[in-house]
Amino acid sequence: MALVDIRNLTRVFDVSKPWLNRVVERRDKAYLTAVSDVSFEIAERSVYALVGESGSGKSTIGKMLVGLQGPTSGAVEIRGTDLARERDAAKIDAVRRDIQMIFQDPYASLNPRWKVRDIIVEPVAARGGDTAGMAERLLEQVGLSARDAGKFPHEFSGGQRQRICIARALASEPKLIVCDEPTSALDVSVQAQVLNLMSDLKDEFGLTYLFISHDLTVVQHMADRIGVLYLGRLVEEASPDQLFDDPKHPYTQMLLAAAPKLDAFGRDVSPPTGEIPDPINPPKGCAYHPRCPLAAEICSAERPEMRDIRGARVACHMAE
Amino acid sequence: MKPVLSIRDLTVEIPTRHGILRPVSGVSYDIEAGEILGVVGESGAGKSMAGNAVIGLLSPPAHVARGEIHVNGTRIDQLKGDAMRRLRGKEIGMVFQDPLTSLNPLLRIGDQLTETMQAHLGIGQADAQRRAIAALEEVGIPGAAERVNSYPHEFSGGMRQRVVIALALCAEPSLIIADEPTTALDVSVQAQIIALLKRLCRERGTAVMLITHDMGVIAEAADRVAVMYAGQLAELGPVREVLTTPHHPYTHGLMGSTPLASKGKARLHQIPGAMPRLDALPDGCAFHPRCPHAVDACRADPGPRIDTGSARAACLFPLVQEGVA
Repeated sequence: MALVDIRNLTRVFDVSKPWLNRVVERRDKAYLTAVSDVSFEIAERSVYALVGESGSGKSTIGKMLVGLQGPTSGAVEIRGTDLARERDAAKIDAVRRDIQMIFQDPYASLNPRWKVRDIIVEPVAARGGDTAGMAERLLEQVGLSARDAGKFPHEFSGGQRQRICIARALASEPKLIVCDEPTSALDVSVQAQVLNLMSDLKDEFGLTYLFISHDLTVVQHMADRIGVLYLGRLVEEASPDQLFDDPKHPYTQMLLAAAPKLDAFGRDVSPPTGEIPDPINPPKGCAYHPRCPLAAEICSAERPEMRDIRGARVACHMAE
Repeated sequence: MKPVLSIRDLTVEIPTRHGILRPVSGVSYDIEAGEILGVVGESGAGKSMAGNAVIGLLSPPAHVARGEIHVNGTRIDQLKGDAMRRLRGKEIGMVFQDPLTSLNPLLRIGDQLTETMQAHLGIGQADAQRRAIAALEEVGIPGAAERVNSYPHEFSGGMRQRVVIALALCAEPSLIIADEPTTALDVSVQAQIIALLKRLCRERGTAVMLITHDMGVIAEAADRVAVMYAGQLAELGPVREVLTTPHHPYTHGLMGSTPLASKGKARLHQIPGAMPRLDALPDGCAFHPRCPHAVDACRADPGPRIDTGSARAACLFPLVQEGVA
């Protein structure tokens, strides 16, 4: 059974102006659908990556998975428990203990007034667990020194801080870690160190990652399964080999063609046209049809369902 | 032919209570007309500092302590206030990372364009307005004649960066300094902006200094690349050669740590440690504490200085034939 089962997940935000402005300017309420009818499963001990451009809803899915936000409709089930609907507090607590999160900005996600020791043991201390020697052990596991436990976050570089965040995420011995752009704020040589560390820890502790990123090369390096999001919708899901060798959705094809390549010296290709549409008024039918070279009449009328094509799941009327 | 930009032995210093810091130290390179020079390095390598020194936007107490900067044969590093202001915009255009903060939110973009052109080209209002619309059309803004009266917040991120590029180009400068122009943008928009920069540079013969941390962007856009490490030039050469057969161990490590399709899921090459702080630079070669090939000589001798036409890598023992693993 899959560790995480996400079914028809939808999240709508109310982005209306205040009541008085709406009355004076005669505007209706405005809603932004950040995540729209997304379904996928994450197998135990695997890395599932979500990629997409800004506004594609990848971070919102991550937040709903850890319970920082509730879904508008649909369900997130972790080991068969739906955190948003479960009534048994003990069961919720048991599942929550298994989930941790690593954020993008290691400067904003560590409390500057706390010592590293207190930061790292907090997930355990908050539940009244025994934390003796825990911070020192975890620091060594993420490649820092036990002596660092008595320091404050400002004494560390960006890469070292991200290691502290990883140590904190490991403290409660979770099964699932949601990593939201964990290396986007880091330089490439530091990024390599952190990615290697994350791979090692995954093997050592049998972790499962939901890896959220906009960087296709990083995703290709880390993931076992990749979901591509566009405007809150899952457009394609495949293994890295399938996705990069044989992308089936026109948006995935565009994304791969547009990504800068290290061996494409002086490459002169015509860049993709258009931009992500306004998510408050998304296009009818398939959200990608205004930019799509394959678009036909059906694409602007009917939203495509997920179909299985050669081992991948693709939401496109025209893909073969 | 004379290079558009010529930097010789540029050194930027910041005096502090704990001594003098050198974020840029002894850097020399040229950029020819119509050429894109990519300047790459990790944060703190001094790539933006060098760019700011050229446009005269170093924030005090940082200052050019040594070296010369020439633009079209005129020495500019000693120009002050008004003289520099006339040059900036006219001879040198700038594109920064965040398009929203480089535009005035209270002015229509048309007014920002005409103001720049009137200040530098000495043309009338009607003429400037006409050229503003032409400039917006050239950078690919649809409906330029109407959009010229819009405010910056009415544009998307990618469109705003196009406006900034139009603004940088409108006084027809011979040099553009683009500091991380695509870092804040999505991949598809990034591809559009890079293609635009390349086309304009080729058509007009503008020299471009493209500062970025993204090796992929450098590979696609640049003709030559300058790799910076701890304020110094580590390697300088044609982009294909530097990226495929790096001579400097730092460039080699940088290429190895970049995830690449052909490498699959193999472990990434790691450069141990981190870039030294400016107040604790090691003696000799700045890279030697992290270098797998370092020998005793590296601790004392900083290696050959890269000057135009001489060594390609600032390394005593360059990896001549070694390609990227």
